[in-house]
Amino acid sequence: MGTFEFLLQGLVVAAQPINLFYALIGVTLGTAVGVLPGIGPALTVALLLPVTYKLDPAGSLIMFAGIYYGGMYGGSTTSILLNTPGESASVVTALEGNKMARAGRGGPALATAAIGSFVAGLIATLGLAFIAPFVVKFALSFGPREYFALMVLAFVTVSAAFGDSTLRGLTALFVGLALAVIGIDQQTGQARLSFGIPDLLDGIEVTTLAVAMFAIGETLFVASQGSRVPEKVEAVKGSVWMSAADWARSWKPWLRGTAIGFPIGAMPAGGADIASFLSYSAEKQFSKHADEFGKGAIEGVAGPEAANNASAAGTLVPLLSLGLPTTATAAIMLAGFQQYGLQPGPLLFATNPQLVWGLIASLLIANFMLLVLNLPLIGLWVKLLTIPKPWLYAGILLFATLGTIGANPSVFELGILLAFGLLGFAMRVFGYPIAPVVVGLILGPMAEQQLRRALAISQGDVTALFMSPIAAVLFVLAAVAVVVPLVLRARGRGEVLSQFAANED
Amino acid sequence: MSEDVSRNAERRRPDRAALVIAPALLLLAAVIWWDASRLSAMSNYARIGPATVPHVVALGLALLAVWTAFEAWRGDFPEREPIETVPVVWIVAGLAGQMLLLRPAGFSIATGLLFALTAYGFGRRKLWISLPVGIVLSFLVWIVFGRLLQLSLPAGPLEHLFFRGS
Repeated sequence: MGTFEFLLQGLVVAAQPINLFYALIGVTLGTAVGVLPGIGPALTVALLLPVTYKLDPAGSLIMFAGIYYGGMYGGSTTSILLNTPGESASVVTALEGNKMARAGRGGPALATAAIGSFVAGLIATLGLAFIAPFVVKFALSFGPREYFALMVLAFVTVSAAFGDSTLRGLTALFVGLALAVIGIDQQTGQARLSFGIPDLLDGIEVTTLAVAMFAIGETLFVASQGSRVPEKVEAVKGSVWMSAADWARSWKPWLRGTAIGFPIGAMPAGGADIASFLSYSAEKQFSKHADEFGKGAIEGVAGPEAANNASAAGTLVPLLSLGLPTTATAAIMLAGFQQYGLQPGPLLFATNPQLVWGLIASLLIANFMLLVLNLPLIGLWVKLLTIPKPWLYAGILLFATLGTIGANPSVFELGILLAFGLLGFAMRVFGYPIAPVVVGLILGPMAEQQLRRALAISQGDVTALFMSPIAAVLFVLAAVAVVVPLVLRARGRGEVLSQFAANED
Repeated sequence: MSEDVSRNAERRRPDRAALVIAPALLLLAAVIWWDASRLSAMSNYARIGPATVPHVVALGLALLAVWTAFEAWRGDFPEREPIETVPVVWIVAGLAGQMLLLRPAGFSIATGLLFALTAYGFGRRKLWISLPVGIVLSFLVWIVFGRLLQLSLPAGPLEHLFFRGS
C-alpha cells in the first residue's frame, strides 16, 4: 500500500466522531495555552498525561498533537497584541506583529499569521505523511550504535548548538541525564541514586519534572520580576481581512517559511524557535520592503509564523519514525506514547498503522479547525489576554499541582515538584535553558540502553561505535554542532546564535 | 562611551552568585560517582554495566563545574535583572502549605490556600476574597477531575461534607 492509501485509511480513523471530538478539544486547549503567556504546549501535554491515562490511546494522542499545533497558532495572537510571546516560537512574530497592531493593522497581522500557519501546517503535514515512511525504511537498517549516535546528535543540537552559551546548554543537559540515572536500572535491576528511598525507585516522572520546571519555575520567575513591565493589550482595530496587497506580500513568505521550518523540525536540529528566527532573517533579505522591517512589515509575521508551524509538523517526523524527540513538547508526547505501552519508531508503523496514520490524518483536520478557531473567533481569545496576572498564575499553579496530585497523590511527589520548581526558577535566573533537562531525562535512559546494547554486541570495544558509516557521520555532525558554535562565540560572533536560543517549546 | 567602559569593567568582575553553581555541580558529580562505584563493586564481572553511564555523567558534570567556575570568575555570565524575593517566598509558602495540608485538609482547602498565596505574591492582598475563591474553584476542579474523571485527588472535611461516600 502506498502513502495515499494509508492516509485515506487514517482519514477514516480520524473522521470518527469521537476522534474529531478529541481533536477539537486538543486544538481549543492548544490555542488557549498558546495565547496565555507563561504556559506552552509542553506544559499542557504534561498536565494532561495523568488525566488521559484511562482514555483511548489514539484519541489522547490526537488530542496532544492538536495541542501542539494549536499552541503554535495561539502564540502568534499574544505576540501581536501583547508584545509578550505566548510561547517561545513566537518571539520573532512580536517584532513586526506588535508594530503592526500598534499601527492599527492588528487584524491583517492576525490573519496572515493564521492563514500562514494553515498553509504551512497543511503542506508540512503532507510532507510528514510522505517522508515518514522513507525514514522508517531507512531506520529499519539502524542498529543500537546508529540509534545511540542519533541520540547523541539530538542531545547536542537541543543543548549546545544554539542558545547563548554552550556551557549552560550542556550543563542543563547533564542535569537532565543525572536525573535520568535515578531509579532501578533497566537491565540489572539495581537501584541507582535512590538512597534507600522507595519513592525514588521508579525514577523521576517526566511529567512532574516538566510541570515543575515549566509551570512553577516560570511562575516564580515572573513573580520575581515584579511588575516592572507595564503590559498593554492592543485592541484589534479595523477588519481582520487582508487587502490584496497584503495577500501579494504574504504568500511567498508563507511558502518560504514552510520550506525553512519543515526540514529544521524534521532533522534533529532544534525546535520551532530556530526555524522562525531563520525565516525572519530570510524575509528581511528577500523583501522588497526591507525599510519597513522593524516598523511592522507583514512579511516578518507571515514567514516566521509559517515556519514555526511547519517545524512543529517536522518535529513529528523523527518522533514518529525514530522515536526521537527533538523538542520539549515532543519529549512529553513520547512520554504519552510510553504511558500506553507504545514505542514510537519504525515498528509502530508496522504494528499499529491505524494509530499512526489516524494521528497524521487528524492533524490535517485539526488544521482546518484551527483556521476557523483563529480567524472568526479571534475576539474570544483576545479576552483571555485580559485575565489579571494574579488570577492567571494562581490558576496555572492550581492546574499544575492538580496534574501531579492526580498522577501520584503523595506528599513526596509534591516535594519533588517544589524542589524542581525552585531549580527551574534558579536556572531561569542564571540564564540556563530548560528544554535540555527534559529531553535529557526522557532520552537519557533510551540512549543508555542503546549504548549498552551496542557495547554488548562489540564486547566492550568502544571504537566499534564509530565503525558504521551512518553512526560515524552522525557523531561527526554532533561534534561539529558543539565545536562550531564555540568557535563562533569565542570570536565574538555569538549574537547570531543567541538569537536562536532554543527555549521551552 | 565612558559609561560603556565602566559597565564593561563591572561585568568582568567575578560573579559570586554564579560561582556557587560550580561547587554545586561538583557535589552532584561526586554523589553520582560515589553511588555508581558502589554499584560496580556489586557486579564487577562486566566492563559495561549499570555504573558505566553514571560514571560518564559524573565526569561530564565535573568538567562542566570547572568550566562554570572559570566563566563565573571571568564574569562571563549574562547580567541578571534584580529579582524580588518576597513574592517568590509567598508562592513557595503556598506550595509548601499545599503539600503539608493535602492529606489532613483535602484537595480543595490545600489547593485553595496555594491559589490565594500565589495571588498574594502577585499583588492581590485581599486574602478574604482570594481564599474563598480559591477553595471554591479547587472544589469545582475536585468534582470534575476527582469525581467525573476518576483521578485520585485526596478528600478532606469539605469534600466529605458534600460527598459522604468518598
